[in-house]
Amino acid sequence: MSMVIAAASQSSLEANAEIDATDLKTKELNDRLMGLMLSGVKRVNIRNVYGQRYIGTRLYTPEHLKMEIEIFGTPGNDLAAFLYGHKITVHGNAQDGVGNTMDDGEVIVKGRAGDVLGFSMRGGEIYVRESCGYRTALHMKEYEDKRPVLVVGGRAQDFLGEYMAGGIVIILDLEGQTHEANFIGTGMHGGVIYLRGDVEQSQVGDQVEISPIDDADRAVLDQYVSRFLERFPEMEMNREEILNSQFVRLTSKSKRPYSNLYAY
Amino acid sequence: MRSFVFPEFQIVRDEEKCDQCRACERQCAFGTHTYDPVADRLVSDESKCAGCQRCVIFCPKNAITVRPSPSFYRPNASWSREKIEDLKRQAETGGVLLSGCGCDKPFRIYWDHIVLNASQVTNPSIDPLREPMELRTFLGAKPDLMDISAEDGDVEIKTELSPNLMVETPILFSAMSYGAISYNAFRSLATAACKSKTYFNTGEGGLPREMRDEFGRCAIVQVASGRFGIDAEYLNCAQAVEIKVGQGAKPGIGGHLPGEKVSLEVAETRMIPQGTDAISPAPHHDIYSIEDLSMLISALKEATNYEKPISVKIAAVHNFAAIATGIVHAGADIIAIDGLRGGTGAAPKAIRDNVGIPTELAISSLDRRLRDEGIRNRCSIIAAGGIRCSADCIKAIALGADAVYIGSAALIAMGCTLCQKCYTGKCNWGICTQDPRLSGRLNVEIASQRLSNLISAWSHEIREMLGGMGINALESLRGNRDHLRGVGLYEWELDVLGIKGAGE
Amino acid sequence: MGFEIIMPRIRRRRRELYNKEIAACSIFGAMNRDGERFTGAGVMKAVANMHVRGNGLGGGFAAYGIYPEYKDYYAFHLMFTGNSQAAKLAAKRELDAFLSSKFDVVYDEEIPHADEVMLRDPPLVWRYFVLPRKEGDESELTDEDYIVDKIMAVNTKIENAYVFSSGKNMGCFKGVGYPEEIGEYFMLDELYRAHTWTVHGRFPTNTQAWWGGAHPFSLLDTTIVHNGEVSSYGTNRWYLEMYGYACTLQTDTEVIAYAADLLMRRQKLPIEIVAKILAPPIWNAIDRMNEKEKKLLTTLRMVYGPLLMNGPFAVIIGQTGRMIGLTDRIRLRPITAATRGEMFYISSEEASIRLISPQLDRVWTPNGGEPVVGELNNMRKVLL
Repeated sequence: MSMVIAAASQSSLEANAEIDATDLKTKELNDRLMGLMLSGVKRVNIRNVYGQRYIGTRLYTPEHLKMEIEIFGTPGNDLAAFLYGHKITVHGNAQDGVGNTMDDGEVIVKGRAGDVLGFSMRGGEIYVRESCGYRTALHMKEYEDKRPVLVVGGRAQDFLGEYMAGGIVIILDLEGQTHEANFIGTGMHGGVIYLRGDVEQSQVGDQVEISPIDDADRAVLDQYVSRFLERFPEMEMNREEILNSQFVRLTSKSKRPYSNLYAY
Repeated sequence: MRSFVFPEFQIVRDEEKCDQCRACERQCAFGTHTYDPVADRLVSDESKCAGCQRCVIFCPKNAITVRPSPSFYRPNASWSREKIEDLKRQAETGGVLLSGCGCDKPFRIYWDHIVLNASQVTNPSIDPLREPMELRTFLGAKPDLMDISAEDGDVEIKTELSPNLMVETPILFSAMSYGAISYNAFRSLATAACKSKTYFNTGEGGLPREMRDEFGRCAIVQVASGRFGIDAEYLNCAQAVEIKVGQGAKPGIGGHLPGEKVSLEVAETRMIPQGTDAISPAPHHDIYSIEDLSMLISALKEATNYEKPISVKIAAVHNFAAIATGIVHAGADIIAIDGLRGGTGAAPKAIRDNVGIPTELAISSLDRRLRDEGIRNRCSIIAAGGIRCSADCIKAIALGADAVYIGSAALIAMGCTLCQKCYTGKCNWGICTQDPRLSGRLNVEIASQRLSNLISAWSHEIREMLGGMGINALESLRGNRDHLRGVGLYEWELDVLGIKGAGE
Repeated sequence: MGFEIIMPRIRRRRRELYNKEIAACSIFGAMNRDGERFTGAGVMKAVANMHVRGNGLGGGFAAYGIYPEYKDYYAFHLMFTGNSQAAKLAAKRELDAFLSSKFDVVYDEEIPHADEVMLRDPPLVWRYFVLPRKEGDESELTDEDYIVDKIMAVNTKIENAYVFSSGKNMGCFKGVGYPEEIGEYFMLDELYRAHTWTVHGRFPTNTQAWWGGAHPFSLLDTTIVHNGEVSSYGTNRWYLEMYGYACTLQTDTEVIAYAADLLMRRQKLPIEIVAKILAPPIWNAIDRMNEKEKKLLTTLRMVYGPLLMNGPFAVIIGQTGRMIGLTDRIRLRPITAATRGEMFYISSEEASIRLISPQLDRVWTPNGGEPVVGELNNMRKVLL
């Protein structure tokens, strides 16, 4: 349980601080992270992570200090919940609740993520190399130019984009297994979902419109697929090949999908 | 003999607003309003008024108000105005007082004393707009055990299944016969049933031939004690056959359709001479004991090639749970139970108001009895009699019913105001009449749209309430008394309903 | 008058004021598909890792393959509760009399436990190795129906005595405490080796937790650990009571155990069909299937509607030679499955699996309503 702080803040760009999370409870680990950030550390590695929760959530200061965190192991639920602008990389799989109400920053998962990924996300970017679970991007939001982005290299399960109000979600299905999710975009009233490949009308909510992509969409896809591939060079995939495949765009037909439902 | 009864209703006409358009005169079949050409004003005879509000709604100037007469006898808790006047009418006529609609007396309404659950924290409530919420139900007998063989992924069902009705929503239209209601009203019910993927019940008046092809697929046909209009085609064109043994509004007595209402078409459908009274005897004269009912059920199954579920409709009376058990053993697939507040086109007032028990207690008691006997799977229960809103419907299901029948509610959707004068044949709304001048007022397109709207609105409310309880399929609520609590009930009532008091 | 008129007053039937507990918590399962047996140390460590999902008011284990020398006898685990030692012993005396009249008791002893582990008011816990002794009309019954009947009798009629495990060569260990504490109390890491372990850590919302309410729930060799709440409990219970199951343990998980017993043991339905009864697909999906599947699923839902388990749930069903993970049809509770060589894991959280097996061959989250099944000697079904 020792902690080695890199020598002085001047050379903190070279070496990362280290935390060994063995036998540390959630609060203890997050205490140490906060301590490191307050003492000026910019980059930290956390090793032997097994299920500790809310990593990165505590790290808010009025001075807006920022940190880069590398996690080795399996972080617990609600990783990067309420994240305020830091960068977190997971070397392994993540669990449920990644990016819960995340405000700003970046999360990179070199593996898969669990359920409720990006729930109520309001800014920042999340990149997941493999698949994710149920209820991804639920109630994602945006306002003017504050727009969250989620890119998933594999597939998502049911209820993708439920209640979505804003933001960009891109599901790449790089292994070409076809999208099997149902109830995609039920209650969607804003934002956009791009699926590489195709999807049936019966898989999406009643108020979701499936359309082919246009040039503006292509520009968006180009930007974020490039960023995705930069973060996962080990995948050795060809950017052009991906961008030239078929994509569909899912958006909401109306801002008030249920306006006819009530009698006054 | 001079009548000693003063008019029930008072008509107040705002003379300034009234511009003598005479719409009220045209609308009222009771002849309440007449135009006096000399005085150039409309005159109203309050003694004729039934309080149906037709003139009030159709007056283009909103000039008319119809309200209960402000005159009153000295207040007397025992001798209410109604009791006094009913007595005087009997003294004047020597007859049995008739009335329409359902029991209007202040017996306790258990629906209003039952509250529902909602999920929080430990179980998420489900949003019916965005997540699947299923109301599909199957009405009929289910086997106790299924014999299924599964080899190498090839699954085969060996058990033979009884025929079942599939409904997309647990609300069905109750039996209202053609004859009691007009052709247009009857056709509206049929149209709406098909559109909303539910069923309507033909009642004992038969199903007119021209409707069989189009509407047979949503029809439940009735075999009542008068056996009106029953032929093999009638039985086979429908989806289920119901034996009407009793009715909540008039348990134990038969039905009487006055000759005035037996028009040419009604006579043709019922296969009796035009203008005669259509009498339904009190019992089925071939059912004097339970084994006779068993025989009739088997006969109907034969007649329909064992393809249709057979339902038996009984009124909820004191010993009905035992009777119902017998009916299930006799082979019925569905039991329809009609409670105290069930409606009718004509019944003696004394029977309507005093005979029978409330539907709510009946459902719970029947469900429990069938479970105790281990035979609850062998039939579905449809509850009828005083279902007024979607909350009543969902409470009925939680108490143990599979579905509900709505009668009065459907008529109200079409325009009925429960003035209780159905037996006169002068329904101003065109519903309970055979007078073509009146029945023509009911437009089938519009009325069936109103009915479909009603079903759709209630179904959606049911979905919302189910979702609130954390349930997304109706079969998980059936008999699930855990989600109900009673407020302001005696302990014996909680016992009969099988629910806890709120807070327990 | 020469005679008395008696007007019988019918005694009102008591409505049942049952209290239903809610099972929120963590579940974990580990199976060695080659049948090699291992101690409880690993699963205790895994469930301790999910400590925050519970609140210390309940934990339990099911272990298969632990009594090889008595493998032909049914191992009954009994708990005797009561306010005092005297009450517990009284319950035991009554149970002993009943048991010896209905069964041949080959061996019995107190289940060993470590007293230094402080748990709240532990009951007296005893195990009996028995065979049924059927007489008269009951000789017609199968052994298993006979045993189920007698267990229902013990649980409803003998006060303060509860059978909480009744299979062959397997046993449940449970109580009020964190699961790792229960494991230490019963010395599961020292005394027992099993090829399949399932574990449960509980977060009951009723502060008066009682030992009988902890998971696993079991009947014969079927055990259930459950995370979630069964909102259809009233409906499920009414249906099961018609088939002779008495729901006495005041926890909604009981209905899942009895439903599994009814469908799998008595009606002999395969697990794929049972999953489609407990967690059927949505009607919209069924209506779009091919004719044969559509008919099968429509029939199952029509006939077994009252056994649909509504509300959020993730369960691990253990049986001799099998471990099954299943979630509700819209996957309101998490479940992660993983394999490493012959080991098969199911868990509420992946981190717990990684803690005891950092390398994994395959990790996935099954779809709602689709069972993931591990069997000894061959992995039958792997679903994404």
